Amino acid sequence: MSFVPGQPVTAIVQRIEIQKLRQGENLILGFSIGGGIDQDPGQNPFSEDKSDKGIYVTRITPGGPAEVAGLKMGDKIMQVNGWDMTMVTHDQARKKLTKRKEDVVRLLITRKSLEETVKQSMGCHPKQ
Amino acid sequence: MDNESTYSGYSYKSSHSRTSRKNRERRERHRLKNRDGSVRGDKSVMIQAPGEPLLDPESTIVDDRDDNWGETTTVVTGTSVDSVSNEDLTRTSKDLEDSLPLDCRRYISPVLGGILGLISVITPLAFLALPQLLWRETLDPCGTPCEGLYISLAFKLLILLISTWALFLRPPRATLPRFFVFRCLLLALVFLFVASYWLFYGVRVLEPRETDYRGIVGYAASLVDALLFIQYLALVLLEVRHLRPAFCLKVVRTTDGVSRFYNVGHLSIQRAAVWILDQYYSDFPVYNSALLNLPKSILTKKISSFKVYNLEEENTNNSTGQSRAMIAAAARRRDNSHNEYYYEEAEIERRVRKRRARLVVAVEEAFTHIKRHQDEESPSSSPKHPREVMDPREAAQAIFAPMARAMQKYLRATRQQSYHTMESIINHLQFCITHNMTPKAFLERYLSPGPTLQYLDNNRGRQWTLVSEEPVTASLRQGQVFCLKRLDFALVIKVMPLPFLRLTEEFIDPKSHKFVMKLQSETSV
Repeated sequence: MSFVPGQPVTAIVQRIEIQKLRQGENLILGFSIGGGIDQDPGQNPFSEDKSDKGIYVTRITPGGPAEVAGLKMGDKIMQVNGWDMTMVTHDQARKKLTKRKEDVVRLLITRKSLEETVKQSMGCHPKQ
Repeated sequence: MDNESTYSGYSYKSSHSRTSRKNRERRERHRLKNRDGSVRGDKSVMIQAPGEPLLDPESTIVDDRDDNWGETTTVVTGTSVDSVSNEDLTRTSKDLEDSLPLDCRRYISPVLGGILGLISVITPLAFLALPQLLWRETLDPCGTPCEGLYISLAFKLLILLISTWALFLRPPRATLPRFFVFRCLLLALVFLFVASYWLFYGVRVLEPRETDYRGIVGYAASLVDALLFIQYLALVLLEVRHLRPAFCLKVVRTTDGVSRFYNVGHLSIQRAAVWILDQYYSDFPVYNSALLNLPKSILTKKISSFKVYNLEEENTNNSTGQSRAMIAAAARRRDNSHNEYYYEEAEIERRVRKRRARLVVAVEEAFTHIKRHQDEESPSSSPKHPREVMDPREAAQAIFAPMARAMQKYLRATRQQSYHTMESIINHLQFCITHNMTPKAFLERYLSPGPTLQYLDNNRGRQWTLVSEEPVTASLRQGQVFCLKRLDFALVIKVMPLPFLRLTEEFIDPKSHKFVMKLQSETSV
């Protein structure tokens, strides 16, 4: 998941679709985000590369829509509904996730275990 | 750093004989040099502090003597049968210094300088007085302008006298081996000046009996001006020029490696040597020869491991094999001696620390026995306990007894017992009690070795030998090395230039100091 500024990023991503839950007036997704290009990347406990300024999932409300959809803590959000999340400020990310008119958010997230899973599955494949 | 001026009494006034003697000696030196066919290497010259004559009174002409001429070093070995113990050595060297008579040569320079100074001060007055005495009747009357000149002359002479007193009338603190070049230059200059003025005066004024008195007064005033300017030159050359630091001198003592760094300006080697010795006496801890020996157990083991005797000449093959084996065994044995050294050192340190702890406790207790007597004591206490009132000396003697044993054991452990006699300890105790010092202040003198100056008694001068490969009147240059030797140790001095500093500026706008928080916020969505 390391990236070189200016070069295209390659990552194995998982597509997660979260249905927003209505709570009173607000539509909530049930997780918290951290990170952003205006934040201090060194304090991010989930990132491998401590200069990675991407948006990470820091907390998941148990039983919330995000948990139901399969989002895990420590995931890095690459896209939200097609909007890039790798080079945004914290506030921009929040805005993209909490648009009032949208009921559904489709996230592209990446995590380290995805790579291993893919490799394992690719390794198993020739045997089959 | 203005110790230069203390070397001579009258540093810018000299006599004719000195300069001609210098020239004569220079010619002699050149002749002898050519005879040798090579330039001399090491030149051994003497630096001498006052009260201390040279071992040889004519040592100003030194460069053709033997290099080791002035040294009386005795090597103390651990295994020789008739070895001289260290105490004997220091005692004999002290006796040697004591018994040498006072050197009168050191007073020649101030006396001659004084004579020339006196002459040069009297000269303007003589210029004024002689026409009045000899041909008063024929002189042109000279009213107000002359009186103005008289006043200025008087004040200038007063200033000259005061500044001479302030700058040059100080007792010299060292005698240098070679001539002090700047001083000689200035003395020669003054002499030349005064002589040429007298010459002119004699030829143009005394002979034809000049009647223009105002001119004569102006002439005398110009002489005083010239003397003031020479004094300015002397001030700059002797006092000011060397104040700006240009070199860093590293001074290392050969016996125990104690080193210091000093910054000096442009000096000649001999002046730098004297300056360094001034700093040596107050900066370097005293040289304790007893501390340098390895503990006896290590020493004997080390020495015995090197004795490889080869007694049989005929079977050389065998013996080389044997000697090789012995050397290998010796090498292996040598490997263990560092271990023993380590443990021995640890043991010694532990012992010293234990004795030090005992000493500190003993002294603290001793100090509690004594209290300053307040005059306004309540009368109720006196009938009950009539305490006797003691003066500091008696008080010191009274409390010395309980701490004497601990002190003696500690001094023996740190090998300082030769520096502190019982008398000196009681004196120091008395001093501390008088000035209300705490036990810690009293002990400071014994717990750490102080600077050498603390252990000197000042009525004896100190003799040092300056060893240098270049003439000692040469000025300091990068990479020079010279030594200052005494009987049992030496100081090696290395000259390093101070780096050239290139300072650039950077302007920081005071409004440019701004800060941001390092954020790591978490938002729930």
